[in-house]
Amino acid sequence: MLIDLQNVVKEYTIGSEVIHALRGINMKIEKNEYMAIMGPSGSGKSTLMNIVGCLDTPTSGSYRLNAKDVGRMDDDRLAEIRNKEIGFVFQNFNLLPRASALHNVELPLIYNGTPPAERRAKAEKALVRVGLKDRMTHRPNELSGGQRQRVAVARALVNNPSIILADEPTGNLDTRTGDEIMELFESLHDQGNTIILVTHEEYIAEHSDRIVRLRDGRVERDEAT
Amino acid sequence: MAAFSRTELSEGLRIALAALKANRMRTILTTLGIFIGVIVVTVIISVIQGLNHYVSSEFSNLGANTMYVSKFPWIIRSWEEFLKYQGRKDITEKHFRMLARNASLAEAVAPDLSANRTIKYRTESLNNVTVTGTTEAYLSCSNVSPETGRFFTDAEVDLNRAVCVIGWEVKDKLFKGDDPIDRRVKIGSLPFTVVGVMEKRGNMFGQSMDATAYIPYTVFQKIYGSRRSMDIQIKAADAGQADALIDQVTGIMRQARGLTPGKPDDFSINQQSQIMDVYNQMTRTLWIVLIGIGSISLLVGGIGIMNIMMVSVTERTREIGIRKAIGAKKRIILWQFLMESIVISGLGVTIGILISLGIALLIRAVSPIPVYISTYVLFLGVGFTLTIGLFFGIYPASKAARLDPIVALRYE
Repeated sequence: MLIDLQNVVKEYTIGSEVIHALRGINMKIEKNEYMAIMGPSGSGKSTLMNIVGCLDTPTSGSYRLNAKDVGRMDDDRLAEIRNKEIGFVFQNFNLLPRASALHNVELPLIYNGTPPAERRAKAEKALVRVGLKDRMTHRPNELSGGQRQRVAVARALVNNPSIILADEPTGNLDTRTGDEIMELFESLHDQGNTIILVTHEEYIAEHSDRIVRLRDGRVERDEAT
Repeated sequence: MAAFSRTELSEGLRIALAALKANRMRTILTTLGIFIGVIVVTVIISVIQGLNHYVSSEFSNLGANTMYVSKFPWIIRSWEEFLKYQGRKDITEKHFRMLARNASLAEAVAPDLSANRTIKYRTESLNNVTVTGTTEAYLSCSNVSPETGRFFTDAEVDLNRAVCVIGWEVKDKLFKGDDPIDRRVKIGSLPFTVVGVMEKRGNMFGQSMDATAYIPYTVFQKIYGSRRSMDIQIKAADAGQADALIDQVTGIMRQARGLTPGKPDDFSINQQSQIMDVYNQMTRTLWIVLIGIGSISLLVGGIGIMNIMMVSVTERTREIGIRKAIGAKKRIILWQFLMESIVISGLGVTIGILISLGIALLIRAVSPIPVYISTYVLFLGVGFTLTIGLFFGIYPASKAARLDPIVALRYE
């Protein structure tokens, strides 16, 4: 079992008002699954993604990732888990604008103390894998949207994480480029990676093998496609 | 806090430098406050040190172990005080003789009378020469000796011989390389035989100590009258006994001047250390002002750094979010921003020290003050850099380190 969420509740207090973002989520994800989390805005999918991505911790309930209880960890331990276990792909790419593609991909390796030579080799390999062999020294503003997202995917891959967590990865791309990125995810899945997509677009979710639909902080449906 | 890895350290420095390079103008403006502060501090420290050096070398002419019994004290603070001293009885040959006879703790006692006269040799003449009437004990009291020839003897003093010892500058200007010994010069209108040339003594407070002629004080009194107040130079036999000597001299003088107990002294015993005290008092004030100005400008500079760091943190909120999402721990973000503020203040301090060095060299070139920047100023610079960088950088940096990655990633 890669991911095991049990009765996960997340509440925020804004002023005197308590917002129940997640009202008890139970979910298990196996290794090499390709799943999508869907739901309208306000359904809690962002909150769930933040918890699964170890950016946030649940108010109550348990979250075990690779048999580790990550629901009770402090910020620095969570940073370590994110570095090691999770590769993020964001809607708006979230690359460092002043750094080259290569340096952007090296970043996770810098934070786990990989020596420079090894770091470079791994980053180059990841960029080759996403088809950016001859764009390594370019900065994000010298790349197209699709290329930027490929850099982000390479960055997510470089550390061999347990999960690739993609939040609306095609949201800022035209349909054709979006499809290319989805093909990339598919091939990564074929190579044995676990992929979790967060999206509100049906045709994107269709690429996955399993769709979990959220509504009002609860799992509404959980079914294979 | 766990130790940083080398990768983390070098990455922090790299990011800091890249960020500063990307905002070149802003970086320069921010360093401005710091380097002005550094210039103020280092230049003033250097000038004061140079001044101290200058003053103490000037005072070395006065002799550390010699005291001067005079009608007037060296330091007079008001016109009223001056009038009071003016009313004192003169110090005369009688007092000199009593001190010479009875001051057992003194190594030497010399009278010191002086006047300015023109001195002539053949067709050459030199104006405004300080003519000093004294005895051979002067050599010991003022710690000088003749370069060529000899000083006049006590016998010559007693016999009112018209002999003189000329200063180095007098020899140079009047004799132009001729040997002055046994030549006759005219001091004022009277002829004197030169018996010696004094060694070079340099300047004191901008006045030449070499445009001088020394004659027996007995002759001095005969020519210029005995009705002027005399200074008496007294050198302690033992530097450790200087205070005891002052007591002894005071006792002898009070007796000689018929002062009954309870009456204040009507003479002054002057020492080099009194002037040094006044000087030190003045520079102490200067130090306080300096520390004030320096701290204020460094404070202002530091606030400038803090301000710009806050801007930098806000501007890069998203970047911080990305770094954290990818696995940067708090201390890495902290280090990254601290590094940036340390580099800014380091830049400011370095520029400041370089400019100060230039100013110090300039002052040295155009003034007699031997300004120099000592190495400890450089250490001070490194200290300032770290202190300002850390002190004013820690708040923005820890603010950055504490950012919630979710909030930071959403920041537009």
